Amino acid sequence: MITRNKALAAVAVVGALALTTSACSSSKSTTGGGGNGGSTFNAAATSIVNPSTKPGGTLKLWSTQDVDSLDPAIGYYAFVWDLQRFYVRSLVGYPSKPGAAGLQLQPDLASAMPTVTNDGKTYTFKLKSGIKFSDGTPVTSKDIKYGIERVFAQDVLPNGPIYLISDLDEGQKYPGPYKDKDPQGLKSVQTPDDSTIVFNLQQANSDFLYHLAMGGASPIEQAKDDGANYAKHPLSTGPYVIENYVANKGFDMVRNKYWDKSTDSLHSALPDKITFTVTTNADDLDSRLLDGSIDVDAAQRGVQTAAQGKILTTPSLKADTVDAPAATIRYISIQTKVAPFDNVDCRKAVEYAISGTDQQTARGGKWAGQLATNMLPPAIPGSDNYDPYNLAAGQSQVTQAKAELAKCGKPNGFSTTIAARSTSPKDVKQAVAAQAALKAIGVTADIKQYDGSQSGSTVGSPDWMHSNSIGLNVFGWGSDYPTGSGMLSVLIDGRLISKSGNNNYSEINDPQINGWIDDAAKASDPATAAADYTKINHRVMDLALYFPGVVEQSLNYYNPRLTNVMFNQELGMLDFSALGTSDGK
Amino acid sequence: MLLYILRRLLNVVVMLLVVATITFGIFFLVPLLQHTDPVMRYIGKNANPVAIAGIKVKLGLDKPVYEQFWLYLKGLVVGRDYANGNDVIHCPAPCFGISTQTQTPVWPTLLHDVTVTGSLAAGAAVLWLVFGVGTGVVSALRKRTAIDRVAMVTALAGVSLPVYFTGLAASALFVYNLGWLQPTNPDVTFTSDPGAWFQGMLLPWITLAFLFAATYARLTRATMLDVLGEDYIRTARAKGLPERTVIGKHAMRSTLTPIMTVFGMDLGGLLGGAILTENVFNLHGLGFDALNGITKNDLPMIMGVTLFAAFFIVMANLIVDLLYAVVDPRVRLA
Repeated sequence: MITRNKALAAVAVVGALALTTSACSSSKSTTGGGGNGGSTFNAAATSIVNPSTKPGGTLKLWSTQDVDSLDPAIGYYAFVWDLQRFYVRSLVGYPSKPGAAGLQLQPDLASAMPTVTNDGKTYTFKLKSGIKFSDGTPVTSKDIKYGIERVFAQDVLPNGPIYLISDLDEGQKYPGPYKDKDPQGLKSVQTPDDSTIVFNLQQANSDFLYHLAMGGASPIEQAKDDGANYAKHPLSTGPYVIENYVANKGFDMVRNKYWDKSTDSLHSALPDKITFTVTTNADDLDSRLLDGSIDVDAAQRGVQTAAQGKILTTPSLKADTVDAPAATIRYISIQTKVAPFDNVDCRKAVEYAISGTDQQTARGGKWAGQLATNMLPPAIPGSDNYDPYNLAAGQSQVTQAKAELAKCGKPNGFSTTIAARSTSPKDVKQAVAAQAALKAIGVTADIKQYDGSQSGSTVGSPDWMHSNSIGLNVFGWGSDYPTGSGMLSVLIDGRLISKSGNNNYSEINDPQINGWIDDAAKASDPATAAADYTKINHRVMDLALYFPGVVEQSLNYYNPRLTNVMFNQELGMLDFSALGTSDGK
Repeated sequence: MLLYILRRLLNVVVMLLVVATITFGIFFLVPLLQHTDPVMRYIGKNANPVAIAGIKVKLGLDKPVYEQFWLYLKGLVVGRDYANGNDVIHCPAPCFGISTQTQTPVWPTLLHDVTVTGSLAAGAAVLWLVFGVGTGVVSALRKRTAIDRVAMVTALAGVSLPVYFTGLAASALFVYNLGWLQPTNPDVTFTSDPGAWFQGMLLPWITLAFLFAATYARLTRATMLDVLGEDYIRTARAKGLPERTVIGKHAMRSTLTPIMTVFGMDLGGLLGGAILTENVFNLHGLGFDALNGITKNDLPMIMGVTLFAAFFIVMANLIVDLLYAVVDPRVRLA
């Protein structure tokens, strides 16, 4: 009997064969092969490749990962948020622009950015006129309020972002629209007329607009809402409507006849149709990409090893790739509640001992991530080059590590346990690399693997961490929105530590950090909040709460026939909604 | 005969009940051994207490295990509504549960995908029976000739080379290098574009048939050689019957009996999911569901595929047993 791993290894080997033969073939399709002359390696990271306004054609997206949900209140994968840009619109949204310009929120359903009054606690939006759902029903402010109310129905619609609950519940304990009997609904949101919506916050929150840009804040037509089943047939307010959705198979998106271009400055909507197809064979997906028969790997997790080798050694292929850092960090948390890591010097020993280069190699090398020196990736405002442990060198620093061990009273080392998701082979490799590095300073580390789908009740449970003596935990976090809060708060805000589903794995509850988090939330302008997070990030590193590991990136190839190719910094991947086809096919 | 069929059908029901009990046990045993909660498989990175409680109520995970098992068995027969207040997901019979990945009932997915697996298995079965049995008969009749040796070496290669090698190598050669065939496209169905569907299915059929035809060729050859040495064959020839009648009517009947046994098992197993072939060629059948369920820890999907596969295997065995009487009159079914 063949084990799955052996089978997959063989698939990879023969996949390489397929790629080799395909690349050598002379019978390449007219759209396949080298670039069309407009692209260079990583050009899409900072500029628009092949700019065009030509409409038409079918954009073919393939993925080895199905969507988590098409319900805008539930979908949480980054690539699903990218797909949502085709059919979901909120009050504000991100423009399709390369670089930092793409992070600046702009009005979408709103006619202008909100009027903010009451010391930053009241946001008033006016809606554009002429916006309709894909069934022809006009969108009103009540539909937006209803959409937000659905987010509160966590018993029916779980697994999506819940920032709006924290922002707007204000002690009401609102149960969501399915159980609510109060005609006022969610009291913090008011709709004085069909084109006005007012949000009353209990305290100023500089992140609130970013939360309103998420799918959970999009309008939902109450009459068409059937709870958990809505994901099968969501209505659209964007340029496309979803058709033929079959779980684990894919779906199509065709033009929404009720979408009015004159109301939408954020979505270019060039292709006539978009297809999303789920596959299991990643090597075959790469073959099709290089062959030109499909356009983009929607999951945007990077090509497989076989295709990577081919691309990097073929300049014409490499020209049509992008490999830019996302706002995602692959770190190792250091548990402050498990001895001896309750001692900061023991934690610092870990910072010095682990080799960043080995961690990078474990994740796939320099094409899969760049060395991180602190916990704020470059795309996040407030990020800087702070590096108190000389992590930029990427090497184990045994002398400094042993000195820290001596300071924490463990000159001969100690024993600990590293947790890693068995379902994430790269995490396990990171754990193995850390284990070897720690051994060099006399620290014996066992590796405890666990089912990643159970992280909420395993590493997400402080009790489980304590009872299993987990000192270190390999994990990752991607920012949900481009601020220091979106990146860091769930990892270091001590007031968010919970019995299950906890993300503050180091269990740090530091009054100074918590205070700065509050200061940043109350900040009236992004620059002030960013400065607060610079301080927070420095303190996180000074307290040695996380070994930052690598800032993730992925080598992604795109079909050279595509136009308007650009990297979206907010999502850390290509901006699907901007893409068009040069051949109109 | 009728009594025999009823008895066998009862056996089928008992067998499926045993499989259902074991798979249900695994659903609870695995999380128990891992000290985890089954509901967490339905929860994403926001393990919100309200969400956990709501899902427990909806899926019935808040009830005692024996009650859950009863609801599971009942759902298999009459279907089930997963409800929490006005949030209802209807799971039609046979209800295998709600997928942790898609949060939708497993059965409609299996029902949709069995057509893909069925078309793969049927096409491949035709090819391997025609070429496997044909090659075996020719080899037996031309034993120790060049034809026999070439056929048996080819069969040995077919048995030895795994599907993930032959499949990908064939794709590399015929699709990506020579460009004779288009890659299989899961978006294309028989109804949407019969020509493209047929072209896309050719390689999967041939790849799968190559593996099985090899086994059948060797089995047919060996059985045929045994049968040709039997007294009644010699008697038939001594009576002056034409060779075509001796082989086609008398020798083939006995030869087909063991082949039918193996064919029933193979076809039943294949309908349960040709995991490697489907994944190599991006066919979204039961094998795809099985692998997807395993890699994503989707226990309801794994339970569903297992029960479905068990159903096909026991039914295929039953049909084979019934067909014995037709093919070989020596078999009695009393």
